[in-house]
Amino acid sequence: MAPLADAEVRALAHLARLELDDATVARLADELAAHLAYVAMLDELDTSAVEPMTHAVAMTLRLRDDVPGPALTADDALAGAAATRDGCFEVPAVID
Amino acid sequence: MDDLLARSAIALAAEVRAGRVSAREVVDAYLARLALTEPAIHAYLAVDADGARAAAAAVDAAIARGDEPGPLAGVPLAVKDLIVTRGLATTAASRILDGWIPPYDATAVARLRAAGAIVVGKTNCDEFGMGSTNEASAFGPTANPWHLGRVAGGSSGGSAAALAAGSAALALGTDTGGSIRQPAALCGVVGMKPTYGRVSRWGAIAYASSLDQIGPMAMTVADAAVTLAVIAGVDPRDPTSIDAPPPPLAPPTVGDLRGLRVGLAREYRPADLDPEVAGAVDRAAAALAAAGAELVEVGLPHTRYALPAYYVIAPAEAASNLARYDGIRFGPRPPADDLDQLYARARAVGFGPEVVRRIMIGTFVTRVDHRAAYYDQAQRARALVRDDFDRAFTEVDAILAPVAPHAAFARGELHTPLSMYLADVFTLACNLAGLPGLALPCGATVDGRPLGVQLLGRPLDEATLCRLGVALEAAVGPARRAPWPPPGGAP
Amino acid sequence: MTWEPVIGLEVHVQLATRTKAFAPVAQGYGAPPNTLTDPTILGLPGALPSFNRAALAAALTLGLAVGATIARRCRFDRKHYFYPDLPKGYQISQHDQPLCRGGAIEVWHAGVRTAVALERIHLEEDAGKLSHGAATSRVDLNRAGVPLVEVVTAPVLASADDAAAYLRALHRLVRHLGVCEGDLEKGHLRCDANVSVRRVGTTALGTRVELKNINSFRFVKAAIEHEVARQIRVLDGGGRVERETRLWDGVAGRSQPMRGKEEVADYRYLPDPDLPPLVIGDDDLAAARAGLPELPAARLARLLAAGLTFDDADHLTAEPALADYYDRAVAAAGGLARPIAAWIVNDLTRELAGRPIADAPIDAPALAELVGAIEDGTISGKLGKEIFARMIATGDGARAIIEREGLRQITDVGAVEAAARAVLAANPAQVAQYRAGKATLLGFFVGQLLKASGGKLNPQLASTVLTRLLAE
Repeated sequence: MAPLADAEVRALAHLARLELDDATVARLADELAAHLAYVAMLDELDTSAVEPMTHAVAMTLRLRDDVPGPALTADDALAGAAATRDGCFEVPAVID
Repeated sequence: MDDLLARSAIALAAEVRAGRVSAREVVDAYLARLALTEPAIHAYLAVDADGARAAAAAVDAAIARGDEPGPLAGVPLAVKDLIVTRGLATTAASRILDGWIPPYDATAVARLRAAGAIVVGKTNCDEFGMGSTNEASAFGPTANPWHLGRVAGGSSGGSAAALAAGSAALALGTDTGGSIRQPAALCGVVGMKPTYGRVSRWGAIAYASSLDQIGPMAMTVADAAVTLAVIAGVDPRDPTSIDAPPPPLAPPTVGDLRGLRVGLAREYRPADLDPEVAGAVDRAAAALAAAGAELVEVGLPHTRYALPAYYVIAPAEAASNLARYDGIRFGPRPPADDLDQLYARARAVGFGPEVVRRIMIGTFVTRVDHRAAYYDQAQRARALVRDDFDRAFTEVDAILAPVAPHAAFARGELHTPLSMYLADVFTLACNLAGLPGLALPCGATVDGRPLGVQLLGRPLDEATLCRLGVALEAAVGPARRAPWPPPGGAP
Repeated sequence: MTWEPVIGLEVHVQLATRTKAFAPVAQGYGAPPNTLTDPTILGLPGALPSFNRAALAAALTLGLAVGATIARRCRFDRKHYFYPDLPKGYQISQHDQPLCRGGAIEVWHAGVRTAVALERIHLEEDAGKLSHGAATSRVDLNRAGVPLVEVVTAPVLASADDAAAYLRALHRLVRHLGVCEGDLEKGHLRCDANVSVRRVGTTALGTRVELKNINSFRFVKAAIEHEVARQIRVLDGGGRVERETRLWDGVAGRSQPMRGKEEVADYRYLPDPDLPPLVIGDDDLAAARAGLPELPAARLARLLAAGLTFDDADHLTAEPALADYYDRAVAAAGGLARPIAAWIVNDLTRELAGRPIADAPIDAPALAELVGAIEDGTISGKLGKEIFARMIATGDGARAIIEREGLRQITDVGAVEAAARAVLAANPAQVAQYRAGKATLLGFFVGQLLKASGGKLNPQLASTVLTRLLAE
C-alpha cells in the first residue's frame, strides 16, 4: 500500500506536538500506512447492532463527596519542574 | 539463604510472622541475589536497598511489639516502574520521566506496604507499557534469566525476570494487552491480570485507560491469589474501580475439579501454532481433565478482530494519556525558543520510537474526520469480542489457551512493528473484554526455555482461575527460579 | 442594505463548591500559587479524576431553574489541546452528551420580560492561570480543575444591549440559586460572544466571529457593538467576514485576531475512559428541585404585581438577600409593599453606602414598624426620616421612640384649627396678600404651622385646615 503523504505525517506530528526529522517522517509514513491497512480489516464487520464499548465494565459514575483532602505543598507541586519562578511553573513566553 | 530464595511469599511471611526468621534476613538474602544477578539480567531500573532495610526493620519492630505486621510481612516486592512509588524514582522506562520522584504511592503499593511487603526496587519494562519484549525500554533491555540471549517478554519483563532470577519474592506488573501474562510465560512464573476494575488504577501510569490493570506476579498461584486479595478493592480515587466483594485472603487449595468445565477455543489453536506451545496447552488440558474438569470446545468467532481493535483503541487512549508529558511540570526540558518548540522537542526527545509510533497512530484514529471510522468502529468490534466471551461462558467456566505464540525468542527477532503486534494475538482479547486471566508455567522447550498457558475467566471470577491454577500447578509442577549462572550463556 | 446583528453568548460560570470538579482538593481565590493542587490537578503520571457530587447538584439546580431537558444519562469527554494552563493536555468537558439541552433564561429589560433560549448547559473543569513576563510566562494551577458550567444561548440575541441584559440576568440567576458567588472581579462569570450579521429580513446566519475576554457587563456592550460595526464595515466594503476568534481589549476599545487560532482547532474529542457514564437518579433530581428558590424573574414579577415600580422591583431583586429583607418587612407589616420598597431602595440603601444588606443597621420588622407609623398617620414622613436616624443611633424601635419623645402627629382637628388661627393672626399682611390672590402663600402658612407644631403635624392636614380658614 502507498505510504501516507509526508504532509499528512507532519500534520499529525504537529497535532501531537512531536518534532520529527525527515528520516522519521519517512519511516512513519510507511509504518502508519501498513498499520492502517491492517486495521482496515475492522471494516468487514457489521457493527450496526452494537454500541461502542468505551468502558470494559458496564458501570455508572460514582460521585465523590465535596470534602477537601490534603493539598500538595507548593514545594511538592513544583518539585519535578525544570523551571520555576515566583512559585509558578515557568515556560517560554505565551503570546495570546 | 538459598532456602529463603526457594520459599513462596506466603511461606516467607509465615516464617517472619512466627519470628523464625527476621524480615531483615529475608531482605538481605534477596538483595544479595539481586546483586549477583542484576549485572546480567538488568531487571531493575532502581534498587532501594536502604529503604528496603528500613522497612524490614519496621516490620521486625512491629513483630517484637506484638503488633499485627500484615499477611505479607517481610516479603521482598518488586514494583514495575510503570507504577508510582512515593519518594522512589519512577520513570515508566522513559527518558521523559527521567529523574521524576512521585509525591504519592499507587493504591496497590500502599496496600501492599500496609500488608508488610517490602519494596525492593522498580523493575524495567517496555516504555509506557508499549511492547512485548522489554526491548523498548529507554534504559536497556532485560534478559531472560533462563537464557540471557533471549528476551524476558513484556511489557512487565523486569518483574517477571526478577522473580525468575530470585531477586524478588513477589512482583507487581501491569497488563494492557498481555503485559503481565506474556512475560510470566516467557520467564516461567505466575502472572495474573485481574478483572478490569478489581484493582485501583490510582498510581498506574496510564497507557490505555480502558484496558490497563495492575496485577500480581509470583512464584505460586496461591501467592498471586493472596496478593490480589491485598491489593483489590474499590478506591474512591479511581471511578473505574469496582465495588465488589473482595477475593478471599485465604489461599486456594488443591481440590477435585469435578463440575468445572474448561473451554478450548478453536481460534486459539491455529494450524501453524508452534508445536511446543501447542504441546504445553495439551499437557495442561490433560492435567485438568485428570483432576476432574470437563474439557469442551468453544468458539470465539471474532478473535481475529481483537488484534486490530486493540491496535486502534490502545494507541488512541495512549495518545490522549501521554499528552501530559511536555517537560513543564516534570521530566527533563530541552532548550527551546518558544512554547510550541518546547512541547515538540521535549516529547520527541523524551519518547522512544515505539511510543512515538503509537501516539501517531492514536492521533490519526481520533482525528475528527477519522474517529467514527476507526475508533468508534474498533470500540464496536470490541463489544462483539466481549459478546463472544459472554456466550462462551454460558458453556464453560474458564478458557484454557496459550499465552504467546512462541517461547522466549532472541533479541531483535521480531522485525517489524506489525509482527510484534501480531504476537499479542492470544492475550489481548481478554483485556478488550475486561476479563481476568491467569498465566502459569507448563513445562519447557527442549532447550530449556519456559512455556506457559493461561486461563481466562468470567468477570470477578479469579477464584475459579486460581482453583484450576493450583490443580495445574500440582500436576505439572510450580514455577522455579532459574539456576545461576543460567544455561544458554551470555548474549 | 441594512444589517442586523445575531449574537449568541457562551458564559462559563464558576460553581461555588468546596472542592474542585474532579479532585478532592479545595478551590479558593487569592491563595499563594500552586497551593491548591494534588496529583490529579497537576496531571501527574498515574493520577485519575473523581467527580464532585456538589458540582452535579449545582448544575442540576441551574438546569431545572431554566427549564432545560436534563439528560438522565450523559458522559464526559476529553477535549485535547496543548497549553501550559492545561496540565493533562486535555480538558474534561462534555461534548456529545451534555447534561442539559434547551431551557431559557428570563430577562427583564426596559420593563419587558423575555425568554432567551438556551442551547445547552454542560459541566467542565477550569484551566489554571497564566501570567506573562517579558521573556517567559508563568503558570499557577490553583484554578485548574475548578468546576464550571458552560451556558450556551441559541443565536437569538438581537443587539449588544440585549446581550448585556441577558448577562445581567444570568448573573442574577446564578447568585439567587446559590450555585455561583458571582464575583466578576474573581472571574466567576466569563463570557465569550459569537457575533455575526445578516441582512434584515433574512434568516440564514452569517459567518460568525468568536469574541473572547469580555469580562464585565460594560465590555459586553462595547465589544459586541464594536464587532458588529466592524463586520458591517467589511461587508459594506465588499469583503467577507473571516471565521476567526478575536480578543477584546477593553482598554484600547477594540479587538485583535487571536494568534494561533487561524485554523479551526481539532480537539479530537474522546469519551473519557476514566469516567463511566453519569446517570442522574430520581433522588438527585428531586433533591435539586426541592432546593430551588423563587427565581429572580418570577420574584420581580411578583413585586410588580404588588404595585412596585419597575426600578424599585429591579433594584430589590438584584440581590437575593435584599429581596428577602423586603419580603420580611412586608410580612411584618402585613402589606405596605410600595412604601417599604421605597424606604429600602432610597433611605436604607443610602445608609448602607455600598455595604451588603446583611449589615443593615435596622432589621426588616423594625423598618416595617417605622413605615407603618408613617402610613397610618401617626407621624409625618418628614419626621419619619428623623426617627429613622434615631433608630439607627439608639437601636430602639420607631413606636418606642415616638411615645418616649411625644412625637405623635397631631390629628385633632380642633387643636390644628386653633394653632392655624394663631398663625394667621400672627401674619396679617400675608393673609391679606393671599386673600388678594397670591395663592402661593399657602405654602408659607403651612411651613409656619408645621414649625409651630414641632413637626408633629401632617402637612396635608395643615394645608386643608389653613385653606378652609383662609377661605372664611
